[in-house]
Amino acid sequence: MATTQPYRIANAGRFADARPVEFSFDGHTYQGVEGDTLASALLANGVHLVGRSFKYHRARGILSAGAEEPNALVNIERDAARHTPNVRATVQELYDGLAAQSQNRWPSLAFDVGAVNNLASPMFSAGFYYKTFMWPNWAWNKIYEPVIRSAAGLGVAPAEADPDHYASRFAHCDVLVLGGGAAGLAAALAAARAGAEVILADEQAEFGGALRFESGARIDGKSGWFWAQTVAEELSAMPNVRLLPRTTAFGYYAQNFIGMTERVTDHLASPKAEQPRERLWQVRAKRVVLATGAIERHMVFDGNDRPGVMLASAARTYLNHYGVAVGKNIGVYTANDSAYAAAIDLKKAGVNIKVIVDTRDLPRGALAEEAWKLGIEILPGRAVTKTSGRLRIKSMTVAPKSGGSGRTIGVDALLMSAGWTPSVHLFSQSRGKVAFDEETRRFLPGTYVQDCASAGACNGADSLEKTIAEALREGAVAAREAGAKGKNTASIHVDASENWAGGMLGAGPGAGAGTTVKAFVDFQNDVTAKDVRQAVHEGMRSIEHVKRFTTNGMATDQGKTSNMHGLAIAAEALGKPIPEVGLTTFRAPYTPVTFGAIVNHAKGPLFDPTRKTPTHEWATAHGAVFEDVGQWKRAWYFPQAGEDMHAAVNRECVTVRNAAGIFDASTLGKIEVVGPDAAAFMEKMYTNPWEKLEAGRCRYGIMLREDGFIYDDGVVGRLAPDRFHVTTTTGGAPRVMNMMEDYLQTEFPHLNVWLTSITEQWAVIAVQGPKSRDIIAPLVEGIDISDGALPHMSVRECKICGVPARLFRMSFTGERGFEVNVPADYGQAVWEAIWAEGEKYGACAYGTESMHVLRAEKGYIIVGQDTDGTVTTNDAGLDWAVGKKKADFVGIRGMVRPDLVAKGRKQLVGLKTKDPDRVLEEGAQIVDDPNQPIPMKMVGHVTSSYWSENCGRSIALALVAGGRDRTGETVYIPMKNRVHEAIITGMVFFDEKGERLNG
Amino acid sequence: MLLIRCPYCEEERPELEFRNAGEAHVTRAGNLAAVSDEDFEAFFFIRSNPKGLAYERWRHIHGCARFFNAVRDTISDRFVTTYKAGEPKPAVKPARKAKA
Repeated sequence: MATTQPYRIANAGRFADARPVEFSFDGHTYQGVEGDTLASALLANGVHLVGRSFKYHRARGILSAGAEEPNALVNIERDAARHTPNVRATVQELYDGLAAQSQNRWPSLAFDVGAVNNLASPMFSAGFYYKTFMWPNWAWNKIYEPVIRSAAGLGVAPAEADPDHYASRFAHCDVLVLGGGAAGLAAALAAARAGAEVILADEQAEFGGALRFESGARIDGKSGWFWAQTVAEELSAMPNVRLLPRTTAFGYYAQNFIGMTERVTDHLASPKAEQPRERLWQVRAKRVVLATGAIERHMVFDGNDRPGVMLASAARTYLNHYGVAVGKNIGVYTANDSAYAAAIDLKKAGVNIKVIVDTRDLPRGALAEEAWKLGIEILPGRAVTKTSGRLRIKSMTVAPKSGGSGRTIGVDALLMSAGWTPSVHLFSQSRGKVAFDEETRRFLPGTYVQDCASAGACNGADSLEKTIAEALREGAVAAREAGAKGKNTASIHVDASENWAGGMLGAGPGAGAGTTVKAFVDFQNDVTAKDVRQAVHEGMRSIEHVKRFTTNGMATDQGKTSNMHGLAIAAEALGKPIPEVGLTTFRAPYTPVTFGAIVNHAKGPLFDPTRKTPTHEWATAHGAVFEDVGQWKRAWYFPQAGEDMHAAVNRECVTVRNAAGIFDASTLGKIEVVGPDAAAFMEKMYTNPWEKLEAGRCRYGIMLREDGFIYDDGVVGRLAPDRFHVTTTTGGAPRVMNMMEDYLQTEFPHLNVWLTSITEQWAVIAVQGPKSRDIIAPLVEGIDISDGALPHMSVRECKICGVPARLFRMSFTGERGFEVNVPADYGQAVWEAIWAEGEKYGACAYGTESMHVLRAEKGYIIVGQDTDGTVTTNDAGLDWAVGKKKADFVGIRGMVRPDLVAKGRKQLVGLKTKDPDRVLEEGAQIVDDPNQPIPMKMVGHVTSSYWSENCGRSIALALVAGGRDRTGETVYIPMKNRVHEAIITGMVFFDEKGERLNG
Repeated sequence: MLLIRCPYCEEERPELEFRNAGEAHVTRAGNLAAVSDEDFEAFFFIRSNPKGLAYERWRHIHGCARFFNAVRDTISDRFVTTYKAGEPKPAVKPARKAKA
């Protein structure tokens, strides 16, 4: 192995005996080992250059060894449909055959034409979008935006649909521990031993967190990492614990509701087909323990972004965990102690440490002493002021921090540490308020608003002793508060610990005020210290404005490494203390979440329920074309051989008026209003009078909202003095039911009424046309259905085909008609029986399109098509349906508001085009003078428009200002290529006297 | 996702089961047809939209289907209390739970 992986060190790391794994990067084949991340495997092969930066296309390498990575974003490709852009190489686990590509470069990573942006960087300074592209006005849409869009963006999304599937789980627990490092493991152990139901989640493949690299840690007589594995093993054996590795808590929502994604197959060479790629966890926890650790900051200096420059803890992780040296001649630049530990570990592993540059004048303590003893040169009171190297760092320049001439030192890697930033992201998402700790100059959890606690480095603990003590305490407290009664027996002894205290914020020496060097604060969005100062100089005062002006912290890494530096630089430029400048808000997600995990099963046929009527199968078998009406599939028309839609609808419409048609109206909303006060309730809900409606009769009802506009309509049958069968529009059923329940429960609770939705219980078969009675007569038992016994607008309960039925004599076509209601389970059987009778009379099945045409021929409105929520009964010509003597109903006051009774309102009228063959477009606007300049004064619009074969011409309904007084006048409908003329008419186009209704 | 206690079911259920129904304690006049334009405006259009404690109507639509009232802190999004429709406004204080 070692021969093919020149930077893999024997006897270091935890994968010495691991299986070799082959992978490719930009087409080159490399070897890594099982257990590697893509980043560690690339580094084992000496590959540091992995990407180009977003704005300047600068060569970039691997900064970190974890989720905070801003630079090493690559494309992982399994096949044409399965490639994932912007994957952090530091998180992606290696598998056999993994194929990765660099991004944001052309034609190649080493030679990238876009790097010209780097030379032109003065043009691209902070806020350049807002300034450069301001004028001329027209150029934004035509030039700037298309060019910027094609040049911007990291990675390319796959063009094919995602073939993977994703799982979703809801879970409840007593204690949810987020973060599986030393703190999380200890907290989970304490809570679990106390008997609590515990979930422990960590983003890494293995538990242990910073113990991956912290070689100085010894706990309970074991190395820190071994202790972590022992605890994880104990936890996994406990029945009350669920361990979720590879699981990132990305969002902390109200009342301890946590969103997490578990990566199930992204680390596998050949995922099984039944495995979900990811699993979305939505967890409700009684208590949450945040053990999210801390993230190391980089130093801000000129050229701190070259490949080979990385966080000290990352280099240490690659060495101690993966057995990889990140260079052969390594420099270290630090403002605190923890980078010394990296230098010492590398030195002991045989790697040459050129020098430790420390901004502190007198670095002291055990680590400095040990480094000294190992013969590492330490340069205190100095700074790295610049670096060189095109695709990888070649040298660094070290100068006294007070200024003066520098010394150039050749290095192939530079480790840096400006200290540690507690990860308060999830705490902040929980709406907790962070507080600035003056002494340590960092934000820590302050005021909690949810049932959670923090433990360890995220809470400011700098040592392992403190971390473990906090974690054990908070784990036990959380368990107890969640109701666990067990005796907590967890006790952990820390034998040795490292210290993470100290460091600096903001620009390093040589990159401070007055300098214009490229000292990067935010690597992913290419924001430099100069940009932040410029934002302040140009008037940004709030950190939220500085952030948006510079885009600092706005990339997919959410500023994990950059936010504190940016804040400190802004504060210095503003001359204000950091807490006065404030911290930007942390928002979900903590790390990017795939659309797949969020969309999950809710796609394709599972996106929305599909509702089918009882005759769906029959309609399908008879060639129906369906249309979507809300969630319903409704038969639209029934084309016969050789017919297009137009021909089919014409035939259906003519057949209904000449013989009969059969129509599935089952989607009509149906509500049964029952009780001693049923009529009184109907009086309240509808404009019409109901008390005097006889049992067995029907009435067309109109329901208003309280504001006086039409809300719904439908035919209501009174089955008995205390029982109404109410129908609603297909789309209106749920909201009508909701409004009825609302008024019944809260405004009229004194009324003794019960409401039941019966939409799904009854199949409705409309039989319409002159032959309708002849068709159903042989099937009806027990009642007389002659015109005299069952006149228009009547209802009877009877049996049809032997099943209980509610038979309505009613019409939405203007013909003699019936609506047969039978239990839904019998719907298709009864339909088939009616169909068999109908065929004897030449009847047809018709769909929703013919239903629309037939009702429009009669001027029957459709609420929601001819009305739009701003139409009154008067506007619709339906004042006859308002009970004039009624004292109260919903909308009685709203409908007489001044604007609703004013003259000149838009009223529903009929339109006949001058050219009878011209069918207007629904929604088309109407004007009085087509020659007026644009914008024209619009006086109304077309609401319904059809070809009427029965009338031999086009017909339309329209809302026209003052329309009813304008009958006979000509109006104009300007369309793209020509202007149509139409004459205002009444709304009834066929059988104006309505004689056919009664047979 | 919030947890809401239904005062009829007497248990906390997830927000998905509920639907907001606007401000609570807005009285519909018994003689609504006779009220002035100003009174109708106040009844139908004007809402308090407070920062802090809001009295709201909710419906347990995917549960018992009952309408009830709730006091919710619009700053913390926390439900302070819920009570049955028709019951008087309870006197409550903001319950923003805070521990240092």
